[in-house]
This record gives sequence, C-alpha cells and structure tokens, in this order.
Amino acid sequence: MDIPALPRLALVIDPMADIGSGEVPIVDTLLDSTLDSVDEAETTVLKIAEDMGFDEDELHKIGMAVRESMVNAVVHGNRYSARKKVHLRAWKAADHLTVAIGDQGEGFEFSAVPNPLSEENLLRQSGRGLLLVQAFVDKLEVTRGQPGGTELKMVKYLGSAVK
Amino acid sequence: MSVKLSTRQVGDVTVIDATGRITLGEGASTFRDTVRDLAAKGNKKILLNLSDVTYIDSSGIGELVSGFTTVTNHGGVLKLLGLSKRVKDLLQITKLYTVFEVFDDESGAVRSF
Repeated sequence: MDIPALPRLALVIDPMADIGSGEVPIVDTLLDSTLDSVDEAETTVLKIAEDMGFDEDELHKIGMAVRESMVNAVVHGNRYSARKKVHLRAWKAADHLTVAIGDQGEGFEFSAVPNPLSEENLLRQSGRGLLLVQAFVDKLEVTRGQPGGTELKMVKYLGSAVK
Repeated sequence: MSVKLSTRQVGDVTVIDATGRITLGEGASTFRDTVRDLAAKGNKKILLNLSDVTYIDSSGIGELVSGFTTVTNHGGVLKLLGLSKRVKDLLQITKLYTVFEVFDDESGAVRSF
C-alpha cells in the first residue's frame, strides 16, 4: 500500500474554485459543531456513495475520510462552538463523488502541521487525521477561507481501487 | 456501539479483549482509562486483542499510541493481537507498524513477552 505524505496537499486560495464539470449538487447543509454531526455527515455521504455503486471497501474509505474531516472541522476548527457551523456539501457525477466539509475556525498553515510520519512525531497522540483523509480519497484540496475557516474538498472515483 | 473492554490473565500476561469501535469520544477514553489503570497497578506485560474491533479512527490510533507510551513509561510492554486488514492498513499508513509488535495468534504473542 502506498504511504502518502502530507506535503502532497494542495492549498487552494479561491474558495469558489471550480468543482469540475458534470457534477450535480446533492447535499448543501449546515451542521452543528457536535460529535453527533460527525455521525450525521458520515451517514449522509455513505448513503449517496452506496447509491452510486461504491463497493464495501471504498465505502469504508469514504466514511473514514468524511469522519476524519468532520472531526477536524468540529474539534480543531470550530472547537465545538455552538455559534459556529460545519458546511457539508456533496456532488455526484457519473464516475465520481465530491464532498466538501468547511468550518468557521481560524484556519491553519499547512506548512506548520507536523508531519505525522516523521520519526520524532510517530509517538504523538494526535495529528493523523489529514493523513488518513488523504490516504482514503483520490484527490484532496484544502482551501483556506477569507478571512478564516478551512474547507476540505475530496474526490473519490468509482472503481478507483483497481486503477 | 463504542468499545467494550475486558481483561484476563494468561500466565503473567494481561490480555485486554476489545470489542466494538475505538473512536473519538467514549470509546477512546474507555480504552485510555483501562490501560492507564493496568499500568499503574504494575502490569508489565499487556497484550491488546483487537480481533473484535470493527473500526478505529485517528483518535483511536492516537489512544493505541498513548497506551503504548504509558505502559512503556511504567517499564512494561504493550503488544497487539488480531488486527483486521483495515487496522493493519491504518498502521501502515501511519507508519506505526514500526512501533508496535503485532501478532496473529495469541499463544505466540504470549510466548513473545
């Protein structure tokens, strides 16, 4: 199995960046900054992915990517604030699913995120969420909003396991 | 369902049988408390049986690491038993297979301490 490294993350400044052609919006909702919302987002996206025909192994990866992204938004971005929401969006196309999860936190510098694969960071308790998201989707864009907030936009292709 | 833990003794090895999900929230904290308690009571040889764990997220992985560090700091050893392919993949992605000793069969794991 390939071991991805965090520096592959793309930083896209424009939050309105094109999401690609042929995509149909399926979900556009604001969720509370709670752990219940993590479950809700995972269930919502998995239902869409299942209907699109993703197999069990791919569903597991999609669910995990959504879960880790939601935890990032709720815990690290919005810090469980009742005044802040998590923006969940999803689009489907003939051959892929796109999911975007945005928070209203302060945003962060990717260059400042410690690489969880470095020897000195292996025994840290946290900091592996983005690595797992990246490992389980085919494309990941991380957008820093203006003035704040972070959005993770991920793409999963049907049949990508055999590509 | 969050994680359920039970402990048993095989010789001088303490086996923790885990069932369910080790994820952010209750599952992860239950696991943390159990390992800290065992380490504080002087259990030096701890084998964590994950055969019936269906799901681990990054918080759960963090708790495995934390448990490993806690036991090591108490002069003990924590090893893993019965990882599913998905959990093995997680350890590969996170490079933690270089940290943990992992076993597929219990008797071999117990003998290894």
